[in-house]
Amino acid sequence: MRILIPTPLRQFAEKKDAIDVSAHTVGEALEQLTAHHPELRRHLYTEQGKLRAFVNLYLNDEDVRYLGQEGTPVHESDTLSIVPSIAGGR
Amino acid sequence: MATATPVEPVTLSNDEILRYSRHLIMPEVGMDGQLKLKAARVLCIGAGGLGSPLTLYLAAAGVGTLGVVDFDVVDLTNLQRQIIHSTADVGRKKLDSAAEKIKSINPYVNLRPFETRLTSANALELFRDFDIIVDGTDNFPTRYLVNDACVLTGKPNVYGSIFRFEGQVSVFATDEGPCYRCLYPEPPPPGLVPSCAEGGVLGILPGLVGVMQATEAIKLILGKGEPLIGRLLLVDALSMKFRELKLRKNPDCPVCGPHRTVTQLIDYNEFCGIRGEEKPVDNTLPTITVEELKRRRDAGDDLFVLDVREPHEYQICNLGGYLIPLNDLPKRINELDSSREIVAHCRSGMRSAKACEFLRQAGFTKVKNLTGGILAWADKVDPTMPKY
Repeated sequence: MRILIPTPLRQFAEKKDAIDVSAHTVGEALEQLTAHHPELRRHLYTEQGKLRAFVNLYLNDEDVRYLGQEGTPVHESDTLSIVPSIAGGR
Repeated sequence: MATATPVEPVTLSNDEILRYSRHLIMPEVGMDGQLKLKAARVLCIGAGGLGSPLTLYLAAAGVGTLGVVDFDVVDLTNLQRQIIHSTADVGRKKLDSAAEKIKSINPYVNLRPFETRLTSANALELFRDFDIIVDGTDNFPTRYLVNDACVLTGKPNVYGSIFRFEGQVSVFATDEGPCYRCLYPEPPPPGLVPSCAEGGVLGILPGLVGVMQATEAIKLILGKGEPLIGRLLLVDALSMKFRELKLRKNPDCPVCGPHRTVTQLIDYNEFCGIRGEEKPVDNTLPTITVEELKRRRDAGDDLFVLDVREPHEYQICNLGGYLIPLNDLPKRINELDSSREIVAHCRSGMRSAKACEFLRQAGFTKVKNLTGGILAWADKVDPTMPKY
């Protein structure tokens, strides 16, 4: 499956905008992502290992909070988007 | 017997009919729609990147009452994207500059300028006289403030935000739809997400996003089409891809949920973890002024100048320092000699303060932060150096 990396986080993922992983759940996919790019871990997880509250994850166009959180099953054709808060406007 | 004050019926003059003819001949707008636009009252927060296109288009479209909240002054770095302001406006209040352009595009607009910073103390009062709020602000505390004030006053929040070449648009805080807090219950910690001033923004992007916000505002006024309620539109201008995500009303939302706990405006700086004005990370950090650095370099002192900016910034101007971008510092720390005196600098001094703190924790004792960064050097030592 494909994980889309938003602009603010690309600097921690070798400037890549998408990373392909092979996983069964959202949690596994993120585990693989952060194993390859450890710098991302600090931005996605708290020190206690919980997903940060301001990190929104969408499996295709659905918020994983309303699916099965990190346990949500994923398929090869799915896209996982990390949707960060951005505030610019001036 | 009480007599109600007669409400002036909204009508269009012949001049206005001609002006709006391309609207009037469309069935989706027509005379009814144009009168709705004239009767509408839209408040734009900010007359900057997003505010520029959206106020211009809303004025041109015939929105009757247009409020604009801004307290800033036009500077040269704004002109790359804030198209409501022109070169001659540098140094003027944004509100004055914007008012002039809006009035010249459409003198029929009842313009209501508010020269103030939007705060928890004035937001509810300001919002009261408007039907729709358009958020063109640039920071997290104000984003949450606009959202909460919209929920509390029952006004839709036409939201847009941008970063580099990425944008987000949605319509929050309608009766049936989610609010900004349903999407982002908590703000990111300060410093984690760079602002446009720190991270840059493609000049056309606020144009693209601001015009989409204007489109949503007009659709809400007309009551036509499908507004972006419960949908988040993501724009990536680099790949020119638009994606749409489903947003849901969070049943546990502290502002718009059934068990709401936020029933009045709060301190949004505190909520976003910002205490007081921009504070340097650590005020015990040793610093050096640009004048002192110049004097000591001229005297031939052994100083190692460490530049923690990005390579593309180094290309714009530099002090001949050794370049290690802040994010690369942990893995490149072995390139530095802890026995030498190190002066770290960046553009304005924020990133280099973080670098100094990191180096001190790593056991470097002779590190100093260059106060004011390379901008201060350009201001006080070398006026020929470009500023950015």
